[in-house]
Amino acid sequence: MTNTDRERHRERETAFYLFTQQRLPACKPVLTPAWVITIFLFTGFIFIPVGLVTLRASRSVVEIVERYDTECVPEPFRIDKVSYVQDDSIPKNCSLSLKVRKYMKAPIYIYYQLDNYYQNHRRYVKSRSDRQLLHGWKYHATSSCQPVEFNNNQPIVPCGLIAWSLFNDTFTFIRERAELKVNRKNIAWKSDRDHKFGKTVYPFNFQNGTLIGGGKLNPRIPLSDQEDLIVWMRTSALPSFRKLYGRIEEDLDADDVVVVHLMNNYNTYGFGGKKKLVLSTSSWLGGKNDFLGLACVFVGSSSVILAIVFMLLHLKSRR
Amino acid sequence: MKRFVYINDDESSQELYCDNRISNRKYTVLNFLPKNLWEQFSRFMNQYFLLIACLQLWSLITPVNPASTWGPLIFIFAVSASKEAWDDYNRYLSDKKANEKHIWVVRQGIRKHIQAQDIHVGNIVWLRENDEVPCDLVLIGTSDTQGLCYVETAALDGETDLKTRVIPSACMGMDFELLHKIKGVIECPNPDKDIRRFDANLRLFPPFIDNDLCPLTIKNTLLQSCYLRNTEWACGVAVYTGNETKLGMSRGIPEPKLTAMDAMIDKLTGAIFVFQIVVVMVLGIAGNVWKDTEARKQWYVLYPIEGPWYELLVIPLRFELLCSIMIPISIKVSLDLVKSLYAKFIDWDSEMIDQDTGIPSHATNTAISEDLGQVEYILTDKTGTLTENRMIFRRCCISGIFYGNESGDALKDVKLLNAVAGSSPDVVRFLTVMAICNTVIPIKSKTGAILYKAQSQDEDALVNAAARLHMVYVNKNANILEIRFNGSVIQYEVLETLEFTSDRKRMSVVVKDCQNGKIVLLSKGADEAILPYAYAGQQTRALVEAVEQYAQLGLRTLCLAWRELKEDEYQEWSLMFKEASSTLVDREWRIAEVCQRLEHDFEVLGVTAIEDRLQDGVPETIETLRKAGINFWMLTGDKQNTAIQIALSCNFISPEPKGQLLLIDGKTEGEVCRSLERVLLTMRITSSEPKDVAFVVDGWALEIALKHYRKAFTELAILSRTAICCRVTPSQKAQLVELLKSCDYRTLAIGDGGNDVRMIQQADIGVGISGREGLQAARAADYSIGKFRFLKRLILVHGRYSYNRTAFLSQYSFYKSLVICFIQIFFSFISGVSGTSLFNSVSLMAYNVFYTSVPVLVSVLDKDLSEGTVMQHPQILVYCQAGRLLNPSTFAGWFGRSLFHAIVVFVITIHAYAFEKSEMEELSMVALSGCIWLQAFVVALETNS
Repeated sequence: MTNTDRERHRERETAFYLFTQQRLPACKPVLTPAWVITIFLFTGFIFIPVGLVTLRASRSVVEIVERYDTECVPEPFRIDKVSYVQDDSIPKNCSLSLKVRKYMKAPIYIYYQLDNYYQNHRRYVKSRSDRQLLHGWKYHATSSCQPVEFNNNQPIVPCGLIAWSLFNDTFTFIRERAELKVNRKNIAWKSDRDHKFGKTVYPFNFQNGTLIGGGKLNPRIPLSDQEDLIVWMRTSALPSFRKLYGRIEEDLDADDVVVVHLMNNYNTYGFGGKKKLVLSTSSWLGGKNDFLGLACVFVGSSSVILAIVFMLLHLKSRR
Repeated sequence: MKRFVYINDDESSQELYCDNRISNRKYTVLNFLPKNLWEQFSRFMNQYFLLIACLQLWSLITPVNPASTWGPLIFIFAVSASKEAWDDYNRYLSDKKANEKHIWVVRQGIRKHIQAQDIHVGNIVWLRENDEVPCDLVLIGTSDTQGLCYVETAALDGETDLKTRVIPSACMGMDFELLHKIKGVIECPNPDKDIRRFDANLRLFPPFIDNDLCPLTIKNTLLQSCYLRNTEWACGVAVYTGNETKLGMSRGIPEPKLTAMDAMIDKLTGAIFVFQIVVVMVLGIAGNVWKDTEARKQWYVLYPIEGPWYELLVIPLRFELLCSIMIPISIKVSLDLVKSLYAKFIDWDSEMIDQDTGIPSHATNTAISEDLGQVEYILTDKTGTLTENRMIFRRCCISGIFYGNESGDALKDVKLLNAVAGSSPDVVRFLTVMAICNTVIPIKSKTGAILYKAQSQDEDALVNAAARLHMVYVNKNANILEIRFNGSVIQYEVLETLEFTSDRKRMSVVVKDCQNGKIVLLSKGADEAILPYAYAGQQTRALVEAVEQYAQLGLRTLCLAWRELKEDEYQEWSLMFKEASSTLVDREWRIAEVCQRLEHDFEVLGVTAIEDRLQDGVPETIETLRKAGINFWMLTGDKQNTAIQIALSCNFISPEPKGQLLLIDGKTEGEVCRSLERVLLTMRITSSEPKDVAFVVDGWALEIALKHYRKAFTELAILSRTAICCRVTPSQKAQLVELLKSCDYRTLAIGDGGNDVRMIQQADIGVGISGREGLQAARAADYSIGKFRFLKRLILVHGRYSYNRTAFLSQYSFYKSLVICFIQIFFSFISGVSGTSLFNSVSLMAYNVFYTSVPVLVSVLDKDLSEGTVMQHPQILVYCQAGRLLNPSTFAGWFGRSLFHAIVVFVITIHAYAFEKSEMEELSMVALSGCIWLQAFVVALETNS
């Protein structure tokens, strides 16, 4: 073997040569009936237990949902709820009593739920300025905030429709005459608090003058500590959504009665939205969500059924 | 119409004609951007993307950052623009090199060294041996005393032999001094691209000796980019310069070919576009209705009561932008990328390297590999394509005696050798014609051996055979030929050469025997061009028999003839010939007519038979490809019998009991019509039988059939799987390709010579064999291969894989874009039909450009079946031919798949956070990753290996 021969031989071995000749090693699994049936059975046996465990976790969550938007409007005003809610001179207090059916273990999460509320509307979603939230009014390129950008030729901080329509119903919880302690801290994402909302940015010119929408903000607290705003600004993807209000850090026993005093300030009457109050415990998997478990069980069982059908077909007409 | 070139006149022609600056560039620095952009935007897809990108600049309607479209768009444009720019820059560099080369030119009577680009029409250019000719010149002087010089024209026509060029008679015998001062005018046609014709006249001004009109032909020219060989120096007058030279005029950008697949993809894109418009309109109307009924009640959206005039358009336009990803911007890039890889695979394939010459296969056109897998008709040349084009003298028949019939090699036939030794007069005359009736140039090498430079392989074979039979063509010194026969040297003076044309089908020389002063006409040519002109009373029966017998064996036959001319007959004819040669109009036809006057009353000496062997693996290749459902047509300029014999020996047609040959012939319209109808009838009857029926047609009948019975002939073409067309001209070959193309068949034309170029350019796919007839065909072709048998691999392996891969890739590109688009549409139903984008710009861009476009590139290595399996069962190709992997129904399958996948992803997504707890960004990430996983899964599932 001469030198050039050896070189040529070596060249043949290289991956690039194999690539150019389209001869790179490849594996080609042959889908025999046995393989297919095994794969389907295997999938089934993985998915069914996972689904069952998930379902069990979801079922262990206790949830109380109470709609309050209609009941909290006094009888005389029910004909024209919109003017009731817009009239500042009428007091908006209202109380509900919730009955706890099952033992609820702390922490119990308090959510408010809005239905038929399109936080995902394009006009709405776009109407914010992340840079302003972080840098304050020094940041000027806030055209995306229109139509809530300026008031009296002064920039609005925080600007935009989202912040402007901040939810402003408040809740207090009383059990057997004693107020339940509600923790309103740490309800927003930590990353939002630390990196997206400025620690030195204070509300300015907010909800002033003609443009008045939802809740007001305390101008002496920096945005990074206005957790209600931060929660609200994480826009929901669906027209019904829940947002965290706080946590009750005491267990609730079965048959306890919790009285909720609330200020029914927020206007959902104009567009027929519903307002609900939700108390929910959590499992290791989070809140109540049957879907994941059901989906897993469905996929698992259908692949088992398919496997059985294939097996029967295969036994019937073996080739 | 005409151009008058004043020789050596420094002023007159400077402004009239362009200088010798060659420019192959498409662009200049200034017009590059606008011209290139204009070219790119003439494509529909690009216009669409530009429109979308421009709409995105309007922040009121754009769902995503405009960068998500501008980025890829600019990237694509930059890539193709920089490719163009790079090519153009390289062209500029090579132009510059040619333009700045130093050339000796006469200026004001003094020889000067100037740059090639400063040559003007009328200048006298001096060249030395091995110089490249800078522009088209009319030769006026050479170092040779006879005024001859030799050129290599490989760059022009690919023929590697040396060609003789001669100075016009008027300039004969001028010396150096005179050549510097020469004045005159050349009357020549306007620039054209015909490299075989130059019909011009030269008139020298007094005081120069000859004040007559002197005819010029292509033999008196040195064309641009040829090389001067074997000649110490030569000089000539520039007649065409710069881009107006014959080479410059024949340069042109061939029209880009579009594959069947590209056409299908365009059609599907159109369908998707229509679907998109429908979706946009429905959603746009729904959005406007929802806005007016619902959104105005939603106080937090703060819709103004009175909107601007364009308010109704805003929502539809938003949806247009949202749905614009339905037509993926990445498809063009991915397809271009994989197509160039397919072409590279062909270039790289070590099994398609010609072992004899070491030349690899090459894909010149990188965009049409898929079409190879969809070929339905192959039109092939015979000589040099199916055969080796290596001619070997095998047999001959001299005055009725057959030589070489027993051994199969006349050169070893004792009878012939004895006849040569005995100087039998018939044999000697026969050998003389073999040796000198040609345009061969003998070149003595240093060792003393004689090499022959011949333009045609047949002449080469004849001269070599004559040399083996002791009739050695030793030397050519201007017009004097030297022949050595059995030790004695004979000299002939060539008086005229009547060149071969495909119409006359013969060539002749008029020579004068220097010993006895006799003038003889020597001719050789096809049997039908010689035998009818034999003198009255010659028995040609034996010759006709010989021709038939040889043709049956698949040998190429030539008849050799001669006639003694009387001195005055020749003189008279010579004048006519001169006159015909100097006409400007219809010169070729006039010359043919004059030649006819001399070429009659031949004494036919005999017939030669030359073998042209089949290339290796031709029968197997044809059989395999035939099994793959490909129909073969053979188009040849050769005789009917020879063509049929070759066809039989390479499995083209089957012998009698199994196959049947139907003949279409006839000289008049009526005859052709009758025979066409008869063949058609037989064809219709036998089409159900398992019989190989083929038809044979010759050029004459074909001409009539194509002209008057096109419809019937087309029907015949559709019915017949095999056809042999013999004695066809290059333009008829192209016409046949055109005919098959008009019936919506995918055609592949394969050939090796200049006569196949037109058919190769006409066909959907042109394949050139880089063989012995030069590179002309290979240059014009989309693919060049070394041997016919590589065609099998080219079609079955490369073509088929390319088709499969592109079918998957293109549909997948649409699929993945549709999935994400459907999710956007579904989301719009739960976001108040307002056109909110679920995905942010970065996700969308990353999804299209990175996550989905990159993994799918593994499909360029995908093989559904191994190469061996495909070769063994070529029938599988029918899937590609019928386009079963990419058509509206498969596309509908992918469409349904994307809809289904989008529904699954969407349902899981909105429920994953228990519906109410879903937050925009979480949801978009879940949906995106769902899509990405699903894409990866689909790619893995659809990949076969």
